[in-house]
Amino acid sequence: MKYTKEHEWLRVEGDLVVVGITEHAATQLGDVVFVELPETETQVAEGDEISVIESVKAASDILAPVDGEIVAVNEKLSDSPSLVNEDPTGAGWFFKMKIDDLSVLDQFMNEDEYNDLIG
Amino acid sequence: MSDLLRLGLHDLHVELGGKMVPFAGYEMPVQYPAGVMKEHLHTRAAAGLFDVSHMGQVILRPKAGMAALVAAFEALMPVDVAGLAEGRQRYGLFTNEAGGVLDDLMFANRGDHLFVVVNAGRKRHDIPHMTRHLSAVAEVVEVTDRALLALQGPRAEAALARLEPGVAAMRFMDVAVFGDLWVSRSGYTGEDGYEISVPMARAEGFARSLLAMAEVMPIGLGARDSLRLEAGLCLYGHELDETISPVEAGLTWAIQKSRRQGGVREGSFPGAARILRELADGPARRRVGLSPEGRAPMRDGTVLFDGEGAVGTVTSGGFGPSVEAPVAMAYVPSALSTPGTRLEGEVRGKRLPVTIVEMPFFSTSYKR
Repeated sequence: MKYTKEHEWLRVEGDLVVVGITEHAATQLGDVVFVELPETETQVAEGDEISVIESVKAASDILAPVDGEIVAVNEKLSDSPSLVNEDPTGAGWFFKMKIDDLSVLDQFMNEDEYNDLIG
Repeated sequence: MSDLLRLGLHDLHVELGGKMVPFAGYEMPVQYPAGVMKEHLHTRAAAGLFDVSHMGQVILRPKAGMAALVAAFEALMPVDVAGLAEGRQRYGLFTNEAGGVLDDLMFANRGDHLFVVVNAGRKRHDIPHMTRHLSAVAEVVEVTDRALLALQGPRAEAALARLEPGVAAMRFMDVAVFGDLWVSRSGYTGEDGYEISVPMARAEGFARSLLAMAEVMPIGLGARDSLRLEAGLCLYGHELDETISPVEAGLTWAIQKSRRQGGVREGSFPGAARILRELADGPARRRVGLSPEGRAPMRDGTVLFDGEGAVGTVTSGGFGPSVEAPVAMAYVPSALSTPGTRLEGEVRGKRLPVTIVEMPFFSTSYKR
């Protein structure tokens, strides 16, 4: 698992990258009440605001961590946004991306580096 | 947060895991580890303890009899002060000459003086305002050596009565003194409950006694806001400000007959011309409740459209944990304020359907 400084996690699954937010981010956001997911089959660029997560407190943007194509989204979050709090790195995943070259993930933090960041 | 004031119970909030944030010049707990959702639902199911010591507690002590103080205080508000019986509390509104609201407040008749509670964010305005207008007839004394706690929810009576059995006999908007506790049966959640002024020296022990009870959980500002929003209650700076009249805000219930046209003390309050005219003819805009379709919250600032032009703005909005859906309040032209009217709210560039609904969103349970 890799981590971005925007508190997203990325997990390689076959030739796809699954993206969600970290437990730390979910805790900081508080109870999630709404998730707006990106459209599938769309090309996105690193840094694009492609998803929105609303907690009881505020709205936050989810950024595309890398260039690629959105190939699947977690439809369960539409009815059960609380999955993001209950299981942020499992059932609370956001979307799956197809990227040209998985080696771009090397730029991101590993678990130890991420834990240092959130200290 | 070095420029911020700390509550007397600051260390207790930190010990309880409160997440402290700046609010109205204070470091305040926005939530505890349970989180806003659980805190909200717990308050509606059992009892929640809120520290609202940031609010202004003020004693108005008459210099030459209550009658002169009552008359002078009444001259600041479109509200019947003279008719308030001893041991009772009432909701009030300071208005300006333009008929806007300077602040909303609670005031109680405590026999030989009035006790006033004003908003934290407005107390630096309200206290000079009262001093300027009342000093000929009263001493205006801010109470700074007392905490103010609110215990809210259907189990509030059982919990507080364990410490002070007399509170069980109080009715909604009664005030009473039990030893050194000043208690009112009121709150800001739509639930039955109490607001309790307690000397700072023993506030922590008192709070700990309540928190030790199984039904009592500490509640932060986040849930305080979602609870009052579901209850359809105004928040100063959102639903009320110096340009919004009490009639537009739907607070006509707070303007008793005696101050209205034909009443025994008609008018003679700041902004009477506009307020009496709006009572007679209706206001141009009204505060309404909004039920957005779907799950996306429509927050403060969301612009509302009626198909073509912008017609209003959301003043408060979020997710209602008890309603299990987003809820919001807004001002719209009176012609569009009828429940059932459908509008659109623009959220992140998309216009989403929203319906005007009756408030409160969640039925209140005051002990009348």
